[in-house]
Amino acid sequence: MVVFKREDDIFTSGHTACAGCGAALAIRTIMRAIGKDCIVVNTTSCSEIFSVCFPRSAWKVPYIHVTFENGASVASGVSRALKAQGNDHTKVVVIAGDGGTADIGFGAVSGSWERNEDILYIMYNNGAYENTGIQRSSQTPQYAWSTTSQIGEEVRGKQEPIKPMVKIAAAHGIPYAASASTGYLIDLENKVKKALNIKGSRFIDVLSPCVPGWKYDPQLTVELAKLAVETGLWKLNEIENGDINNEKITVQPSFKPVEEYLKLQGRFKHLTPDEIKIIQARVNKDWGR
Amino acid sequence: MIILKIKVKVDKMVKTLEGSHAIADMIVNCEADVLACYPITPSTHIAEKLQKYYADGKIPEYITVEQEFSAISALAGASATGARTFTTTSSQGVALMHEVLYAVAGMRLPIVMCVANRSLNSPLGIWCDHQDIIPERDSGWIILMCESNQEAVDTLPQAYKLAESLLLPVMVCIDGFYLTHAVEQIDVPSKEIVQKFLPKFKPEFKLDTNNPITLGIYSTPQYLQDFREDLANDVDNAREPIKKTEEEFSKIINRNYGNGLIENYKCDDAERIIIAMSSFCGNVKEAIDELRDKGEKVGLLRIKSYRPFPYKDVQEILKNKKHVGVFDRATTLGGHPPLYTDVLAAIYDSDQKVPISSFIGGLGGKDVTVETAKNIFEDLKENKIKRKFV
Repeated sequence: MVVFKREDDIFTSGHTACAGCGAALAIRTIMRAIGKDCIVVNTTSCSEIFSVCFPRSAWKVPYIHVTFENGASVASGVSRALKAQGNDHTKVVVIAGDGGTADIGFGAVSGSWERNEDILYIMYNNGAYENTGIQRSSQTPQYAWSTTSQIGEEVRGKQEPIKPMVKIAAAHGIPYAASASTGYLIDLENKVKKALNIKGSRFIDVLSPCVPGWKYDPQLTVELAKLAVETGLWKLNEIENGDINNEKITVQPSFKPVEEYLKLQGRFKHLTPDEIKIIQARVNKDWGR
Repeated sequence: MIILKIKVKVDKMVKTLEGSHAIADMIVNCEADVLACYPITPSTHIAEKLQKYYADGKIPEYITVEQEFSAISALAGASATGARTFTTTSSQGVALMHEVLYAVAGMRLPIVMCVANRSLNSPLGIWCDHQDIIPERDSGWIILMCESNQEAVDTLPQAYKLAESLLLPVMVCIDGFYLTHAVEQIDVPSKEIVQKFLPKFKPEFKLDTNNPITLGIYSTPQYLQDFREDLANDVDNAREPIKKTEEEFSKIINRNYGNGLIENYKCDDAERIIIAMSSFCGNVKEAIDELRDKGEKVGLLRIKSYRPFPYKDVQEILKNKKHVGVFDRATTLGGHPPLYTDVLAAIYDSDQKVPISSFIGGLGGKDVTVETAKNIFEDLKENKIKRKFV
């Protein structure tokens, strides 16, 4: 087991994330795995707001943020500039939220994958526009409450399932696409390290619980990120070279009932037993059970 | 019979080139490192020619992005990493870049872009006017409006020099089709000549693992206005460097285009003046020559630097004039047109009491000819202030 020291941190403490922030935990772990020979491209998101509020910066590596939807394009430019300068070792890493990646930034992300830009793209997935006050994104789970997927008499929460970003990434034929969770930090670290040694576009979708957005006790962040995997709701997988029929599961779920995960979160508190049954049935179908 | 006045002094460097290709040649000579382009008429030929140069190994990196928003975003990343960058676009492409254009100016990234000016939808049109850059007027970019392809080619090295010394992005604008697709004799100063004038890009700060910096920060109200004030002052203070740069390069290439901010064409003794930008100015000059042969005292004040706007030069030249006509190739719906507004502001801020009329024309490629210029001068004979489409 590798023991990290505080001085190994590249994403340092003193930032202003909420207590129990899954994204901060994910970024800290990812950056430790990457090391100092990298340039970070961040998009407008919680992580930008809590890490680079002038005159402070939580980053010990070169960092750039431009707008919400252009992380993949900015990173393309950084990567090509390094190439033009003959630098073949410095890694280019995007740290972006799910809204900035799967929704508003999707065109740019897809473009960078099509060009197979030499970028490690990390989407920390907290399943909503948490930064602007918990609005739904394409990564919000089905039936979840958000301020734009409210619980009403006619419509109860978000109606659509999550847009499957790992599959979409893999379908571009990029060399590496994976899903990780802040509940499994060693798995996350292994995936980051594996991705670092691959040239071309790499994508990791990291489940990152959000205390105010998901409405839970801050001490349960890791617990929830584990339960998501254990229930089978969140798959820990890898797809290499676009071979979508050869998905590798890196952590097998124990298939705890989904209710154990759902009941801890305020965003699901409106769910009826029937709705929970529908979610359970979908998980069972997904895993062929 | 028409007798053509040959104004170009032909020497061995002059070639017959399409304007777009001459611009591409100059970007190679400026040794740009990273390009990111998305095709849009009428800027496309510049992007195509540069992609061929990339294929030939004359351009180190060329990113075939999936939209203009990504083109300018990629340049933000490349420029911040210390690369000399270039893109070209028009019309909707400029509009799609809008958000990032403001951001890169605020981040002080010295990006150079060539805009082939074209109208904005709707109606959809592909032809020239200046509406596309009007929303970018307040962005913090230096905006240089060129009358000819020769001027555009000669302005590009200056754009890099200004951008990289002032840490401000620069737009070099040419009229779509009128210039981009014109095949004419152009002298593209060689790489050796450009190197004499334009040093290598060595930014004091860049994304460098040996000296990590944080770029593109988030600011609370405590600091944000200070950043904007600094930027505003630096764009304002760019006027002198623009003049100096023009003077310096004109000595090397033996051509000049006014003082870098404006061109004064026969204004000194003129009673009536047209103020305009870009390629229409060629026709205005032709009209002036013809009218002066008949004894009419007319002149042209051509605005080269739209941003920063040359208020002092405008005030100086408009002293003791009888009537000024401002020609806008764009509109401000529900307000006075953009160039007109700037001229009004310049004059209000001086002791002058000259009547200033507004003429809007050439929208979406509507031809504005020598005759158009003559008609405007005719209108200016009356003392009454006019505001009309021509």
